[in-house]
This record gives sequence, structure tokens and C-alpha cells, in this order.
Amino acid sequence: MAKMKTPFTALDGKSMCFYRLLGVLGAVAAVGLGSALYMEHHGHVVTGMGNQIVWGLPHVFAIFLIVAASGALNVASIASVFGKTPYKPLAPLSGLTALALLAGGLMVLVLDLGRPDRLFVAMTHYNFTSIFAWNVILYNGFFAVVGVYLWTMLDRRMNPHTAKAGVAAFIWRLVLTTGTGSIFGFLVARETYHSAVMAPLFIAMSLSFGTAVFLLVVAGLYRMEGRALGDAVMNRLGRLLAVFVAAVFYFVVVQHITNLYTARGGEVERFLLGAGGVHTVLFWFGQMLVGTAVPLILLLHPAFRGTRSNLLLAAALVILGGLAQLYVIVIGGQAFPLNLFPGMQVTSDAFDGTVGAYDPSLPEFLLGLGGVAVALLIVTVAGAAFRFLPESLADAAVDPHHAKANA
Amino acid sequence: MTDVSNPSRRSLLAGLATLTLAPGIVLMAPQPAGAAATAGKRWGLLIDTTKCSSGCDACVQACGAEHGWSDPTHGRPDQAPRWVRKVDVKDPASGKTASLPVMCQHCAKPPCVDVCPTGASFKRADGIVLVDRHICIGCRYCMMACPFKARSFVHEDVTSQRPGTPRGNGTVEGCTLCVTRVDAGKLPVCVDACAGTGKGAILFGDLNDPNSAISRRVREVAPARLRADLRLDTGVHYQGL
Amino acid sequence: MVGVRTPVLAALLLMAFALVFATDFVATGAMAEGTAKWPGQCVADSATMRRNHFEMLLHQRDDTMRLGERPSDRSLGACLDCHAVKGADGHAVTAADSRHFCRTCHDSAAVRIDCFSCHNSAPGRGK
Repeated sequence: MAKMKTPFTALDGKSMCFYRLLGVLGAVAAVGLGSALYMEHHGHVVTGMGNQIVWGLPHVFAIFLIVAASGALNVASIASVFGKTPYKPLAPLSGLTALALLAGGLMVLVLDLGRPDRLFVAMTHYNFTSIFAWNVILYNGFFAVVGVYLWTMLDRRMNPHTAKAGVAAFIWRLVLTTGTGSIFGFLVARETYHSAVMAPLFIAMSLSFGTAVFLLVVAGLYRMEGRALGDAVMNRLGRLLAVFVAAVFYFVVVQHITNLYTARGGEVERFLLGAGGVHTVLFWFGQMLVGTAVPLILLLHPAFRGTRSNLLLAAALVILGGLAQLYVIVIGGQAFPLNLFPGMQVTSDAFDGTVGAYDPSLPEFLLGLGGVAVALLIVTVAGAAFRFLPESLADAAVDPHHAKANA
Repeated sequence: MTDVSNPSRRSLLAGLATLTLAPGIVLMAPQPAGAAATAGKRWGLLIDTTKCSSGCDACVQACGAEHGWSDPTHGRPDQAPRWVRKVDVKDPASGKTASLPVMCQHCAKPPCVDVCPTGASFKRADGIVLVDRHICIGCRYCMMACPFKARSFVHEDVTSQRPGTPRGNGTVEGCTLCVTRVDAGKLPVCVDACAGTGKGAILFGDLNDPNSAISRRVREVAPARLRADLRLDTGVHYQGL
Repeated sequence: MVGVRTPVLAALLLMAFALVFATDFVATGAMAEGTAKWPGQCVADSATMRRNHFEMLLHQRDDTMRLGERPSDRSLGACLDCHAVKGADGHAVTAADSRHFCRTCHDSAAVRIDCFSCHNSAPGRGK
């Protein structure tokens, strides 16, 4: 088979669609930045976060974006590391999406700091026993590694090095996502977090959320441009998404069953699965139903699978379910009271023994949305400035064998 | 380099530290000037919970007044700073109750120090765990990591900070074991306040010195420590739990 | 090309010169009054203090925080008490007032003071 050269072109930076998209994303991003300024100026007193729930909605969004960033690179990894040809045309866009999502997520994280003006301190003072510090190094390194990887893909002279760069990026993002999961998994203080399953759970989540986001980004961009987007590549991604959603489900089940098996784990599980109020609703309805069961049915059931609209709906539901899952992890995990006196009844005027209450404020939500907007803005602007998008992703262009088989 | 061998300070310290409370009872042995945080010492507390009553929070009031964290704020109750709090514990099986103040436990292996990305949360050579608010970025990860909920976050601008206790918006804070007073040879204010109520439930001293009052009492009553299962080797001991 | 290079080079040199010596010029203006008000030296002479006080502060704060070294002449409170500027009510003014000692220089040098986000800028004032 003759080697195919996929023509890549930039987004049409002069179309009305493009300007409208820039306008909307720019407005949301500006509102997000304004919210950050408001919170920084007045202090966190204007937010719903307090001394019981110290990480809130901004962190839910930030962690979602950061985890999705790692997974969005997966398409490129499958192409470069595992040599699957149908994914190769999408590899550059995958790398770009990964960088954009990470940038958006980090922006939200940094702007929520109590002292965001001390970002330079965070970049120059490292406590190497802190997994958080390691994450800062890993996030910065991700930009560098994926930057080089993109260079090997976009610069024809560097193409022979793509495989090596791809392997490096693949390993880097596995370490990075393990680090992100370990931010929670290493916390011995909290029984909702301290578990070795956190790292692999986050890896599975990254693959699931990243693929879902990437699917929507590809579909959105190609729709805007009016370019051909065949089912061959999209359905492949859809099947992958189903596998990753199932993997997340597996780790969630293992985590909860392990807790339920023990006498002392019963209290946590009763809280999360039964008596946790909003957390329980988000777990069953958001994470399990909307984020797992419905997408799996849409992606795998013969009556639904294969249709573009069902595929995109499944991807959107995975994202919503993912946000619900992170809400339960980040906020539900903090809401469960710290147990200083196992087996005892504890009261104090500082909320000991009580479930933490969290009422998200609007600025927090807007900051989170702003991060999403910034990520999409980066994809849009870079997509128009550089040639990231294959001219056509029609079935024949992507996979001639597939086209022949269906002919 | 700083000149720390100031003779007038040394003699002042010596004078303060050998102040007698009552015949035979000396506050602390005088420390050499300029070497306040020596590795040989390990400051700790022994709290006799049998002397603690549920209604009494003299230690909490004194701490808040001394360091300014109990000044009125505009935040919600869950945003209010808390360096120490009184906790009431009841054993549902036996009905036995206890009341005790919970503050930073000044662990020998503090999880908050491990997780701080910039190294702002640190442990001094003499065991006191502090937040270096010059480099604290306000990420609150130490608050997630602390098993004792010892730390609070400052949610708004602070004015009228007390001398010796700088506090600012956007940084994390907690019990400092009254480090400025301890370095000057005095006792933490919670210790003084409790003694002032007549209960004298809190004892402060050097856990590394086998002859100190606290070490002798620890050997005598074999107190418990909070979350001992975590093996953090906390510096605060609780008798009567 | 020579016609463009020389003025650009001169401008750059002038900027560098200004950066290096700005504090002296600014300080001399604002501080001429200062040296009269606070004669003599505590830690070091005025010129040394103007050039290096931030390094001294950074170094001392770490020594105090991490090592517990508290020499009385190097405590921030001591500096502020001595350099206190009295307001109309007879109490020392805080950094919110532009007459505050640190602000007399920092305002014109346009360097933000981070210290007073946590430290009391007029500790002798009392609560």
C-alpha cells in the first residue's frame, strides 16, 4: 500500500463561525478571569470554600481539565507508540488538545491559590517530598515534552523522531496522571482518599474523559469547517471510549467493594452511597447513570451504536458524569468528617463530627468555566495559526482498507 | 551575618527563664541566646483531660486573644480561623465522656510538612511545626493532609495583627506553640490560661529532657496520643482518654 | 544605520544607569528628611540600608523563622517602632498612610511592599 500523505490545513480564521466562536469563548474566559480577580481581591471569604471544604468547584474543574489533558494525548500515543495508522492524522490535534486542556486546568488551579502572586515562589521553591511539587514539575515538563512531540509531527524533517517523542510523551503522561491521582491517594489522614487505587483510577478517568473531550473537539471543529469526518475514525474512538468508561467503572467498583468489605469502611460507604445528600445523588445519578450506564448503552448496544449523534451524546454524558465523579471525589471526600476518635461520638463548635457543607458560589463556577473556555480558545487559535487539522477525515482518506471492505 | 551574641539579651533571658513561680518550681532552664531552636530539644504538651471540663475554653480564648485569630471576621462560621478548639468525646458503649483541646499536634513526622509544595510548612529543629507565610502560596494542601484539622486558612485581609503573630490573607496558619514566647523563655498562653483557671491541665516542656516535668509525668501516667495508629509521633499527649 | 544605533544604545545605557542608581536618586529626595529625623545608625548606615535592606530582611526572616534567632536589633517590630511616624492622634501611622516610613520611599520607587499583608506595620500602636 502506498504511503498516504494526509494534507493538513489550518482552520479558516476568517469565517463568521470562527469569529463567533472566538467571541463566545473569549467572553466566557474574560468572565472567568474577572471572577478570579474578584476572589483574589476580596479573599476567599466570598467563596463557598472554608476550613472544612478547602477545595471546591474550581478544583473540580481544574482536576477534570488536567486529567482530560493527559487522556486527550492518548489518540496520538496510539498512533505513535502503538503504530495504529488510522489515528495518525489526528495525532497533532490530539497533542494540541492535551496542551490546551492542561493550560486551562492549571490556570484555574493557580488563580484559586490564596496567593496567586506567589506563583513564581511555587516554581522556584520545591519540597521534593511533596507529590504536589512533583506534579508542578510534571505539568511543566508535559508542556515541554508534548511541545517537542508536536514539533516532530508538524515539522517534516523531524518526522523520523515522532515514535521516540511519542514514547516519551506516553510515559510522561502516565507518570503525570499517577501523580495527580496520588495527590489524593497519598493522604493518610482521610479515609475517603488514602488508597492505592487512586492512581490507576485517575489513569482510567484520564483515558475516558480525554477521549470524550477529544471526540467533541474533533466533531465540533470539523462541523464548523464543513470538512468530512467519516465514521471509521469516529466509531473507533467511540469503541475506545466505551472500553475506558468500563475501566473507570471497574476501579470505582473495586474501591467501594474493598471499603464495604471492612467494618470500619462501612461508615464512609454509607455516607457516599446512601446518606451523603448531594454527593449520593451525584454518585448514583451523575456518575453511575449519566456518566457510565447510559454512555455504555449508547456506545455498545446494537440499537444505538454507530450513529454520530449517539456517539457525541455519549461523549457529552461521559464529561458530565466525570464532573459529577470529581465532585464526589474532591468535595464528598472532604465533607466526610475526619475521624480523630475512632468509634466515638464527637462534638465541638468547630464542626468536628459533622458532615461538611459546601455551597458553591458563582465566582467559583465562573472561574471553572473560564478555564474550559481558555482551553478551547487555545485549540481554536492554534488550530487557525498552524496546520493541525487533516483536510479530510472521510473513511477513504483515513483507512483505505475500511473503505474497500465497505465498498 | 547577624550578630547574635548580644550579652544584654542573654542576661535578660536568663533572668526571665529562672523566674520562680513558686518555691522550687522554675519555668524553664535558661536557653543560650541565639540558639533558640536547638535540635536537642523537643517541645511538647501534656494535657490532663480529667481536669478539662466541657464548658471551659480558657485556653481557646487566651490563644485567640494573644494571636488575634478570634478577632471578628466577615466570613461564615466555617471560614473562621481556628488554632485550637475544644472537643467533647463520648464513648457510646460506656457513656464515658471527655473534653479536650485539640490543636496542631506538632508531629515528629508531620504529613503537612511532607505535602507542602514550596516547603512553607516546616518543622523546626526543636519540634515546633510552623507555616512560613513568606512562601506559603495558599494551596491548602496541608489542610487536606492534616489528620487533626489543625490548620485554618485566612479568608480575608487582616489588620491589627498582634506583635509576634503576623497573619495575612491567603495563607494557612495554625498553632505555633507560641513560638515567639517559647523562644523568649516563656510558656504558651494556653498553658498560662489554664493555670490561671486553677485547673492547670496543660503542661509544657522538653520531651527530650528525661528530667523535665513533662517527661517525668509522661512516664508516670502513660498518656495516649491522637490517631496513634498513624505513627506520626505527635508532640501533644493526652492523659485520661 | 549608524544614525539609529547610537540613540538606541544611548537610551539603553541611560535606562540601565537609571535602574542602577534610581534608588539613590529617589531615596536622596525622600530620605534627606529621614536622615535628619533618624540620625546615627542602628543596623548599618543609610546608604547601605537603602541598597540592601531587602536582602537583609529576606535573610533575617529565614534565620528567625527557621532557626529561632531573634536578635533584638534585627526584629521587624524594632525597626518599625524606631522609624514610626506619628499621626495627628499621636499614634504611629500604619502602611495605609502614605507618611509611613516604608512608603516614603517605596511609593516613589513603585515597589510593592508584601510584608504588611501579614506583619503589623505599626506594632507600637496597639490594637
